[in-house]
Amino acid sequence: MRIIFKTDYMQDIRPWKDGYQLSLYLILLAVMIAAPWWLDMFYLGELTNVLVWAIAGLGLMILTGHTGQASLGHAAFLAIGCYANVILLEAGVPFLLAFPLAGILTGVIGATIAIPALRLHGIYLAIFTLALSILMDDIIVLAEPITGGVAGKFISGVDIFGLTIDRWGTPTYFYWLVLVVTVLVTLGYINLLRAPLGRSFIAVRDSEVSAQAMGVDIARTKTISFGISCAVTGWAGALMGLYAGAFNNETFSVVISIQLLMMIVIGGLGSIHGAFFGAIVIGFLPQFLSISKEYVGALFGGDTVAIPGLEFGVFGMILIAFILFEPMGIYGRWLKIRTFFELFPFYRKDMFKRQKSYLKTERLR
Amino acid sequence: MSLLELENVTLKFGGLTAVDRLSFSVEEGEVFAIVGPNGAGKSTVFNLISRFYDPYEGSIRFDGHDLLKVKPSGVAAYGVARTFQNIELFEHATVLQNLLVGRHRHRKSNLVSELFFTPSVKRQELENREKVEEIIDFLDLQAYRDKMIAGLPYGVRKVVEVARALATDPKLLLLDEPASGLSVEETTDMRWWIDDIRRQMGITVLMVEHDMGLVSGVSDRVLAMADGAKLALGTPAEVQSHPAVIEAYLGKAS
Amino acid sequence: MDNIQLLISGLANGCVYGLIALGFVLIYKATEAVNFAQGDFMMLGAFVTIGLTNTEYMGLPFWLALPISLGLMAGLGYLLDRLIIRRMFGESQTSVVILTIALGFVIRFVAGLIWGHEPQTLQNPLAGKEVRFGGLVLGMEDVAVIVVTLLLTWALYVFFSKTKLGLAMQGASQNQLAAYYMGIPVKRVQGFIWALAGAVAAVAGILFAAKGSVDPNTGLMGIKAFAAAVIGGFGSLPGALAGGLIVGVIEPFASRYIAAGYSQVAPYALLLAVLIFRPHGLFSQVRVKKV
Repeated sequence: MRIIFKTDYMQDIRPWKDGYQLSLYLILLAVMIAAPWWLDMFYLGELTNVLVWAIAGLGLMILTGHTGQASLGHAAFLAIGCYANVILLEAGVPFLLAFPLAGILTGVIGATIAIPALRLHGIYLAIFTLALSILMDDIIVLAEPITGGVAGKFISGVDIFGLTIDRWGTPTYFYWLVLVVTVLVTLGYINLLRAPLGRSFIAVRDSEVSAQAMGVDIARTKTISFGISCAVTGWAGALMGLYAGAFNNETFSVVISIQLLMMIVIGGLGSIHGAFFGAIVIGFLPQFLSISKEYVGALFGGDTVAIPGLEFGVFGMILIAFILFEPMGIYGRWLKIRTFFELFPFYRKDMFKRQKSYLKTERLR
Repeated sequence: MSLLELENVTLKFGGLTAVDRLSFSVEEGEVFAIVGPNGAGKSTVFNLISRFYDPYEGSIRFDGHDLLKVKPSGVAAYGVARTFQNIELFEHATVLQNLLVGRHRHRKSNLVSELFFTPSVKRQELENREKVEEIIDFLDLQAYRDKMIAGLPYGVRKVVEVARALATDPKLLLLDEPASGLSVEETTDMRWWIDDIRRQMGITVLMVEHDMGLVSGVSDRVLAMADGAKLALGTPAEVQSHPAVIEAYLGKAS
Repeated sequence: MDNIQLLISGLANGCVYGLIALGFVLIYKATEAVNFAQGDFMMLGAFVTIGLTNTEYMGLPFWLALPISLGLMAGLGYLLDRLIIRRMFGESQTSVVILTIALGFVIRFVAGLIWGHEPQTLQNPLAGKEVRFGGLVLGMEDVAVIVVTLLLTWALYVFFSKTKLGLAMQGASQNQLAAYYMGIPVKRVQGFIWALAGAVAAVAGILFAAKGSVDPNTGLMGIKAFAAAVIGGFGSLPGALAGGLIVGVIEPFASRYIAAGYSQVAPYALLLAVLIFRPHGLFSQVRVKKV
């Protein structure tokens, strides 16, 4: 076990605990940058997809994981970001301007929508956002002159200083573009969490009354959280559009919203790691299933049959298992395993058990 | 002029009068206790000062400001901090993070500077940390600094809540039953801390408490309430021997 | 005359929404949990009955299959509570919601495995019969749907507001710990409610499959029924039915008088409006957390 002696307040303010941890993350970053050299093109595409989902997951994590506001409608903001980006590009705005603008625009729209939604709690907020996501489909159809309606829109590649970045033509460049966005969003997220605003998000999540008594303006904090969350989701949406190349009103359906929320629950709510772990599950589950189907098919000598709905069925079962047995998600499990090895052989089973407080009475006054 | 003045405050929930034309004032530098049977409206008075409820009539003034014109999140900015009867900590955060939320009212940074974590944000964070460390030292919380609240024993949580309120740098500290659920030793500790908060930090304390030992030990003046109204006001000894108070607690002598 | 015809078929649709919404409200009233899989329960109830009655499956007589499938669905509801939901005691509402959404995925998958993905209709004694009423021609199924729904809502309403057991159940939802101290067997109440919700879902499923066709994705109708429950106000049984009827009626009229695409938009637009202006539904009071 590593014991960290703290001699300076900066050790708690810095995002990394010590040089060892920092070097691990730098190595991870280097490996990620070098991915095009050790992965074939198919899996590089899959990895890009995972990163895009991770960005979307980070966006939702800000709102749900850290501010405690469950949204079942974030696909609507993916759509806004995607359409805004492409429409700006079509209007001749250069990508380096259109892309940030698309996110900021989504953020502003999200914060505006948040204002009437602020009074809603828990399940009511979830259904509000769910309705938004369902309506977004129809809004895109109705706004056909701008959105292309059911026919949808196409985007092939974008230019950055004369360099063409295209999912199919230059997948390596596209991967790096996504990686850069991922790293920037993650850094911003880390900064937020160690600053007063991030702490006020957590305060609102855990106890609105006492957050208020500490001087945190609940409505304002939620609005800002909505705004930041939607901006990040908007960027993910813009990247999804570039990744897919073509999209219409059905691309960002309500199923995507639900999948996104489930993804961060599996990954682990309330942690940046959780968004990445969840994205890995979402990204590689289809591959894993098709490989294991082939394997099972070969085992019984039968041919591989297509089982409709299999992906969602398995996904549902994984999710149920996680909620029942590991509510902290993959990240929670990872922490336990790590602690087990760090403390070996002194790990106790109830180390992460939370104390249940039965003293919370419901006395009225 | 008194630090906190309540005048003729009335609060009704539907047909029930929870607080009935209550007036009292808290002087700067004193420890003022509110006692009374369950349901007397003691915590409701706190919730009125915290602006969780709007009074039906009357005025609440703090340090020369009309508190009724302030929104609930604005009360802290004037220097009023509080704890809760049922402990309302941020469960899934560390003790340190909880205390740092207490520093929220001193935030000068904005969204953009925090996203980039500029040097000025760093300086602000270091400053906050120093203040918080003073309080951690004061209340002996060093051992729990990086622990999650969710795993802490009840007595420690109670202290953390006081610490978080102190982290806001208040002029007035509202303690809602600081000793409820505490052991005898923990209650004694709490008593010395309340004393120190007043003497060393110069913070005025207004508390609701059932433990008469604690009340008479630390408070300068006591307000006894029953059914939302004032029964008696005076020194602990005066209030304890006041006939109306004895009647409210023990029933009418036959 | 046309409008009346439209209104009646809308009401019949609305009754199915209302019945699913009843399931939501039942569970919410007694356990404060929200069962997003209620629509999938309905779909499963329909398929179980189809599996028992239709000639290509078991071919049992309809009136025999009816109680069996009600019993099976009630049993399933009870088992789900026993095995899964009960472990969530004390967890946040949101995690229960996510859990039940996942449950819905699994139910849809299993139903697809067993009964396939082709739309199917329930063979029933009422099929094809008509009732003539003045100039109106009403499908017998539509009439049955409306009558059964009204009776069921009335019975549940009486149960919850008049009987001792029903009141005890309401108490259990408002403060589980206190109810436990008062001697209400909170866990058994919860199991009973889930079983009841399963049976109500089976009724909804049977009625739905009798007047139209079901496939595994029919369960997604639960979302619309949930919207109906919120419009009517969570926590009120008549409110849930009213919400269902409003949604059922608004759909055909919106597509007729505005434009075809609007039958999808109208219920959700109404939902957003209700949430913004009357966040706790059209027929409900507000409770605030006390500190």
